[in-house]
Amino acid sequence: MLTLQCPYCGVWAEETELHAEGEAHLKRHGPGSADHDFESYLFMRENPKGVHFERWRHASGCGKFFHAARCTMTLEVFGTYPAQTLEPPQDIKDKITAKYPGWTWREFS
Amino acid sequence: MSKAVSALDGATFEGFAKVAETGLRGMITVRGDLASKEMAAAVKATTGAAVPAQRKVVTGDKGAVAWMSPDELLVVVDYDQAEAAVAQMNEALKGSHALVANVSDARAVFRLTGDGNRDVLAKLAPVDFAHEAFGADDIRRSRIAQVPAAVWGNADGSFEVICFRSVAQYVFDVLKVSAEVGGEVNHLG
Ligand SMILES: [Zn+2]
Repeated sequence: MLTLQCPYCGVWAEETELHAEGEAHLKRHGPGSADHDFESYLFMRENPKGVHFERWRHASGCGKFFHAARCTMTLEVFGTYPAQTLEPPQDIKDKITAKYPGWTWREFS
Repeated sequence: MSKAVSALDGATFEGFAKVAETGLRGMITVRGDLASKEMAAAVKATTGAAVPAQRKVVTGDKGAVAWMSPDELLVVVDYDQAEAAVAQMNEALKGSHALVANVSDARAVFRLTGDGNRDVLAKLAPVDFAHEAFGADDIRRSRIAQVPAAVWGNADGSFEVICFRSVAQYVFDVLKVSAEVGGEVNHLG
Protein backbone atom coordinates (compact mmCIF):
# COMPACT_ATOMS: atom_id res chain seq x y z
CA MET A 1 0.00 0.00 0.00
CA LEU A 2 1.17 3.49 -0.83
CA THR A 3 2.16 5.62 2.15
CA LEU A 4 2.88 9.33 1.69
CA GLN A 5 3.96 11.90 4.26
CA CYS A 6 1.68 14.91 4.22
CA PRO A 7 3.96 17.98 4.14
CA TYR A 8 1.38 20.03 6.05
CA CYS A 9 0.57 17.93 9.10
CA GLY A 10 3.59 15.61 8.99
CA VAL A 11 1.46 12.48 9.15
CA TRP A 12 2.60 9.38 7.29
CA ALA A 13 -0.76 8.75 5.70
CA GLU A 14 -1.64 5.50 4.02
CA GLU A 15 -3.58 5.47 0.81
CA THR A 16 -7.08 5.20 2.29
CA GLU A 17 -6.60 8.49 4.11
CA LEU A 18 -5.65 10.22 0.87
CA HIS A 19 -7.37 11.09 -2.35
CA ALA A 20 -5.55 11.06 -5.69
CA GLU A 21 -6.06 14.39 -7.44
CA GLY A 22 -4.40 13.80 -10.78
CA GLU A 23 -1.31 15.23 -12.38
CA ALA A 24 0.80 17.88 -10.67
CA HIS A 25 2.05 21.18 -12.07
CA LEU A 26 -0.68 21.63 -14.70
CA LYS A 27 -0.74 25.06 -16.24
CA ARG A 28 -4.30 26.28 -16.44
CA HIS A 29 -5.59 27.60 -19.76
CA GLY A 30 -8.97 29.18 -19.23
CA PRO A 31 -11.43 31.24 -21.27
CA GLY A 32 -9.78 33.18 -24.06
CA SER A 33 -6.88 30.78 -24.47
CA ALA A 34 -6.04 29.05 -27.76
CA ASP A 35 -8.17 25.99 -28.51
CA HIS A 36 -5.12 23.75 -28.55
CA ASP A 37 -3.94 24.96 -25.13
CA PHE A 38 -7.39 24.62 -23.65
CA GLU A 39 -7.79 21.12 -25.04
CA SER A 40 -4.44 19.93 -23.73
CA TYR A 41 -5.12 21.51 -20.33
CA LEU A 42 -8.41 19.63 -20.11
CA PHE A 43 -7.50 16.28 -21.59
CA MET A 44 -3.82 15.65 -22.22
CA ARG A 45 -2.05 13.95 -19.34
CA GLU A 46 1.28 12.31 -18.75
CA ASN A 47 0.98 8.57 -18.18
CA PRO A 48 4.54 7.41 -17.65
CA LYS A 49 5.92 4.07 -16.68
CA GLY A 50 8.45 5.52 -14.29
CA VAL A 51 8.96 8.94 -12.72
CA HIS A 52 5.72 10.79 -12.16
CA PHE A 53 4.50 13.89 -10.34
CA GLU A 54 1.05 13.82 -8.82
CA ARG A 55 -1.29 15.87 -6.72
CA TRP A 56 -2.78 14.26 -3.65
CA ARG A 57 -5.14 15.49 -0.99
CA HIS A 58 -4.97 14.52 2.66
CA ALA A 59 -8.74 14.09 2.50
CA SER A 60 -9.34 12.21 5.77
CA GLY A 61 -6.79 14.33 7.58
CA CYS A 62 -5.76 17.97 7.48
CA GLY A 63 -7.56 18.43 4.16
CA LYS A 64 -4.62 19.99 2.31
CA PHE A 65 -3.53 19.36 -1.27
CA PHE A 66 0.12 18.43 -1.76
CA HIS A 67 2.46 17.09 -4.42
CA ALA A 68 4.22 13.75 -4.58
CA ALA A 69 7.07 12.51 -6.75
CA ARG A 70 7.14 8.78 -7.24
CA CYS A 71 7.85 5.98 -9.66
CA THR A 72 4.74 4.35 -11.11
CA MET A 73 6.66 1.17 -11.86
CA THR A 74 8.36 0.44 -8.54
CA LEU A 75 6.04 2.59 -6.36
CA GLU A 76 9.15 4.19 -4.85
CA VAL A 77 8.31 7.57 -3.36
CA PHE A 78 10.99 10.23 -3.90
CA GLY A 79 9.28 12.76 -1.71
CA THR A 80 6.27 14.97 -1.08
CA TYR A 81 6.18 18.76 -1.12
CA PRO A 82 3.68 21.58 -0.62
CA ALA A 83 1.24 22.59 -3.33
CA GLN A 84 2.42 26.21 -3.30
CA THR A 85 5.19 25.58 -5.79
CA LEU A 86 5.55 25.64 -9.57
CA GLU A 87 8.14 22.90 -9.87
CA PRO A 88 9.56 20.00 -7.87
CA PRO A 89 12.18 21.04 -5.27
CA GLN A 90 15.83 20.47 -6.19
CA ASP A 91 16.47 17.85 -3.50
CA ILE A 92 13.68 15.67 -4.86
CA LYS A 93 14.94 16.12 -8.43
CA ASP A 94 18.43 15.12 -7.23
CA LYS A 95 17.05 11.99 -5.61
CA ILE A 96 15.33 11.00 -8.84
CA THR A 97 18.47 11.70 -10.87
CA ALA A 98 20.50 9.45 -8.59
CA LYS A 99 18.15 6.59 -9.40
CA TYR A 100 17.15 7.40 -12.98
CA PRO A 101 19.90 9.49 -14.62
CA GLY A 102 18.57 11.42 -17.60
CA TRP A 103 14.90 11.27 -16.54
CA THR A 104 12.49 13.82 -17.97
CA TRP A 105 8.87 14.67 -17.22
CA ARG A 106 7.18 17.45 -19.17
CA GLU A 107 9.56 20.42 -18.91
CA PHE A 108 11.37 19.05 -15.86
CA SER A 109 14.52 16.96 -15.79
CA MET B 1 -35.29 28.99 22.31
CA SER B 2 -35.56 25.23 21.98
CA LYS B 3 -33.62 23.01 24.35
CA ALA B 4 -30.26 21.98 22.91
CA VAL B 5 -29.46 18.27 22.88
CA SER B 6 -26.36 16.48 21.69
CA ALA B 7 -26.52 14.07 18.76
CA LEU B 8 -27.13 10.87 20.76
CA ASP B 9 -28.10 12.46 24.07
CA GLY B 10 -25.31 10.81 26.04
CA ALA B 11 -25.67 7.27 24.71
CA THR B 12 -23.26 4.75 26.24
CA PHE B 13 -22.04 1.24 25.51
CA GLU B 14 -20.09 -1.08 27.77
CA GLY B 15 -17.96 -3.67 26.03
CA PHE B 16 -14.36 -4.56 26.86
CA ALA B 17 -13.92 -0.80 26.70
CA LYS B 18 -16.56 1.83 27.34
CA VAL B 19 -17.94 4.14 24.66
CA ALA B 20 -19.89 7.23 25.72
CA GLU B 21 -21.22 10.18 23.83
CA THR B 22 -20.06 13.11 25.90
CA GLY B 23 -23.07 15.37 25.51
CA LEU B 24 -23.14 19.05 24.71
CA ARG B 25 -19.80 20.71 24.20
CA GLY B 26 -18.76 24.07 22.85
CA MET B 27 -16.63 23.70 19.73
CA ILE B 28 -15.33 26.54 17.62
CA THR B 29 -13.50 26.26 14.33
CA VAL B 30 -10.88 28.95 13.93
CA ARG B 31 -8.95 29.56 10.76
CA GLY B 32 -6.22 32.10 10.23
CA ASP B 33 -2.51 32.67 10.66
CA LEU B 34 -1.60 30.47 13.64
CA ALA B 35 1.77 32.19 14.02
CA SER B 36 0.34 35.69 14.43
CA LYS B 37 0.32 37.49 17.77
CA GLU B 38 -3.36 38.31 17.28
CA MET B 39 -4.15 34.58 17.11
CA ALA B 40 -2.04 33.86 20.19
CA ALA B 41 -3.85 36.61 22.10
CA ALA B 42 -7.30 35.44 20.95
CA VAL B 43 -6.64 31.82 21.93
CA LYS B 44 -5.10 32.83 25.25
CA ALA B 45 -7.99 35.11 26.18
CA THR B 46 -10.63 32.51 25.29
CA THR B 47 -9.09 29.32 26.65
CA GLY B 48 -6.13 30.35 28.78
CA ALA B 49 -4.00 28.15 26.55
CA ALA B 50 -1.21 28.78 24.05
CA VAL B 51 -1.51 28.01 20.34
CA PRO B 52 -0.68 24.30 20.06
CA ALA B 53 2.20 22.87 18.06
CA GLN B 54 1.56 20.58 15.10
CA ARG B 55 -0.89 17.75 16.03
CA LYS B 56 -1.06 18.81 19.68
CA VAL B 57 -3.79 19.81 22.11
CA VAL B 58 -3.19 22.45 24.81
CA THR B 59 -5.54 22.81 27.75
CA GLY B 60 -6.02 26.09 29.60
CA ASP B 61 -8.15 27.10 32.57
CA LYS B 62 -11.18 27.99 30.41
CA GLY B 63 -10.93 25.49 27.58
CA ALA B 64 -8.72 23.54 25.25
CA VAL B 65 -7.39 24.19 21.79
CA ALA B 66 -6.41 21.58 19.21
CA TRP B 67 -4.21 21.85 16.10
CA MET B 68 -6.27 20.80 13.06
CA SER B 69 -4.12 21.94 10.12
CA PRO B 70 -1.46 24.62 9.47
CA ASP B 71 -4.22 27.25 9.39
CA GLU B 72 -6.96 25.73 11.53
CA LEU B 73 -7.62 25.26 15.24
CA LEU B 74 -10.47 23.73 17.17
CA VAL B 75 -11.32 25.62 20.34
CA VAL B 76 -13.23 23.60 22.95
CA VAL B 77 -15.13 25.38 25.72
CA ASP B 78 -18.28 24.77 27.78
CA TYR B 79 -21.34 24.57 25.56
CA ASP B 80 -23.02 27.64 27.02
CA GLN B 81 -19.80 29.65 26.65
CA ALA B 82 -19.43 29.05 22.91
CA GLU B 83 -21.28 32.12 21.61
CA ALA B 84 -19.44 34.42 24.00
CA ALA B 85 -16.14 32.80 23.03
CA VAL B 86 -16.87 33.37 19.33
CA ALA B 87 -17.60 37.04 19.99
CA GLN B 88 -14.46 37.39 22.07
CA MET B 89 -12.27 35.76 19.42
CA ASN B 90 -13.80 37.78 16.61
CA GLU B 91 -13.03 40.92 18.58
CA ALA B 92 -9.43 39.82 19.24
CA LEU B 93 -8.94 38.90 15.56
CA LYS B 94 -10.58 42.03 14.17
CA GLY B 95 -8.62 43.23 11.14
CA SER B 96 -6.86 39.88 10.67
CA HIS B 97 -7.70 37.48 7.85
CA ALA B 98 -9.46 34.92 10.03
CA LEU B 99 -12.66 32.96 10.48
CA VAL B 100 -14.34 31.96 13.74
CA ALA B 101 -17.39 29.69 13.60
CA ASN B 102 -19.41 28.00 16.31
CA VAL B 103 -19.71 24.35 15.21
CA SER B 104 -20.92 22.95 18.56
CA ASP B 105 -24.20 21.66 17.14
CA ALA B 106 -22.55 20.33 13.99
CA ARG B 107 -20.26 17.87 15.79
CA ALA B 108 -20.49 14.90 18.12
CA VAL B 109 -17.88 13.72 20.63
CA PHE B 110 -17.33 10.23 22.03
CA ARG B 111 -15.10 9.19 24.92
CA LEU B 112 -13.40 5.81 25.03
CA THR B 113 -12.29 4.52 28.41
CA GLY B 114 -11.03 1.28 29.83
CA ASP B 115 -8.41 -1.29 28.94
CA GLY B 116 -8.16 -1.87 25.25
CA ASN B 117 -9.52 1.51 24.19
CA ARG B 118 -6.48 1.87 21.94
CA ASP B 119 -7.39 -1.40 20.25
CA VAL B 120 -10.95 -0.19 19.71
CA LEU B 121 -9.58 2.74 17.73
CA ALA B 122 -6.82 0.80 16.00
CA LYS B 123 -9.42 -1.47 14.41
CA LEU B 124 -11.16 1.51 12.83
CA ALA B 125 -8.51 4.05 11.82
CA PRO B 126 -5.26 3.79 9.80
CA VAL B 127 -3.31 5.33 12.68
CA ASP B 128 -0.55 4.03 14.94
CA PHE B 129 -2.11 4.05 18.41
CA ALA B 130 0.87 2.47 20.19
CA HIS B 131 1.71 4.21 23.50
CA GLU B 132 5.00 5.59 22.19
CA ALA B 133 3.40 6.85 18.98
CA PHE B 134 0.22 8.42 20.36
CA GLY B 135 -0.08 9.84 23.84
CA ALA B 136 -1.93 12.41 25.90
CA ASP B 137 -2.43 15.75 24.16
CA ASP B 138 -1.76 14.26 20.75
CA ILE B 139 -4.44 14.78 18.11
CA ARG B 140 -4.81 13.07 14.80
CA ARG B 141 -7.34 13.74 12.07
CA SER B 142 -8.12 10.59 10.17
CA ARG B 143 -11.13 8.43 9.46
CA ILE B 144 -13.20 6.13 11.65
CA ALA B 145 -14.15 3.30 9.30
CA GLN B 146 -15.63 5.27 6.40
CA VAL B 147 -16.10 8.77 7.80
CA PRO B 148 -13.73 11.60 8.79
CA ALA B 149 -12.98 12.01 12.48
CA ALA B 150 -10.36 13.40 14.82
CA VAL B 151 -9.00 11.57 17.85
CA TRP B 152 -7.08 12.94 20.79
CA GLY B 153 -5.63 11.39 23.90
CA ASN B 154 -6.37 12.62 27.42
CA ALA B 155 -4.04 12.55 30.43
CA ASP B 156 -6.25 9.94 32.17
CA GLY B 157 -5.66 7.47 29.35
CA SER B 158 -9.04 8.00 27.73
CA PHE B 159 -9.48 8.98 24.09
CA GLU B 160 -12.00 11.30 22.55
CA VAL B 161 -13.33 11.03 19.03
CA ILE B 162 -14.96 13.98 17.30
CA CYS B 163 -17.01 13.58 14.15
CA PHE B 164 -19.72 15.32 12.17
CA ARG B 165 -23.09 15.20 13.91
CA SER B 166 -24.70 13.74 10.79
CA VAL B 167 -22.61 10.57 11.18
CA ALA B 168 -22.78 10.36 14.99
CA GLN B 169 -24.95 7.22 14.96
CA TYR B 170 -22.64 5.54 12.46
CA VAL B 171 -19.53 6.34 14.51
CA PHE B 172 -21.19 5.19 17.74
CA ASP B 173 -22.24 1.94 16.06
CA VAL B 174 -18.81 1.10 14.67
CA LEU B 175 -17.17 1.99 18.00
CA LYS B 176 -19.67 -0.35 19.69
CA VAL B 177 -18.88 -3.21 17.33
CA SER B 178 -15.17 -2.61 17.78
CA ALA B 179 -15.51 -2.63 21.59
CA GLU B 180 -17.73 -5.71 21.80
CA VAL B 181 -16.76 -8.36 24.31
CA GLY B 182 -15.17 -11.18 22.35
CA GLY B 183 -13.41 -8.75 20.05
CA GLU B 184 -10.48 -8.00 22.39
CA VAL B 185 -7.15 -7.77 20.63
CA ASN B 186 -4.92 -7.31 23.69
CA HIS B 187 -2.27 -5.83 21.45
CA LEU B 188 -1.80 -2.17 22.37
CA GLY B 189 -2.96 -2.41 25.99
ZN1 LIG C 1 -2.10 16.37 6.28
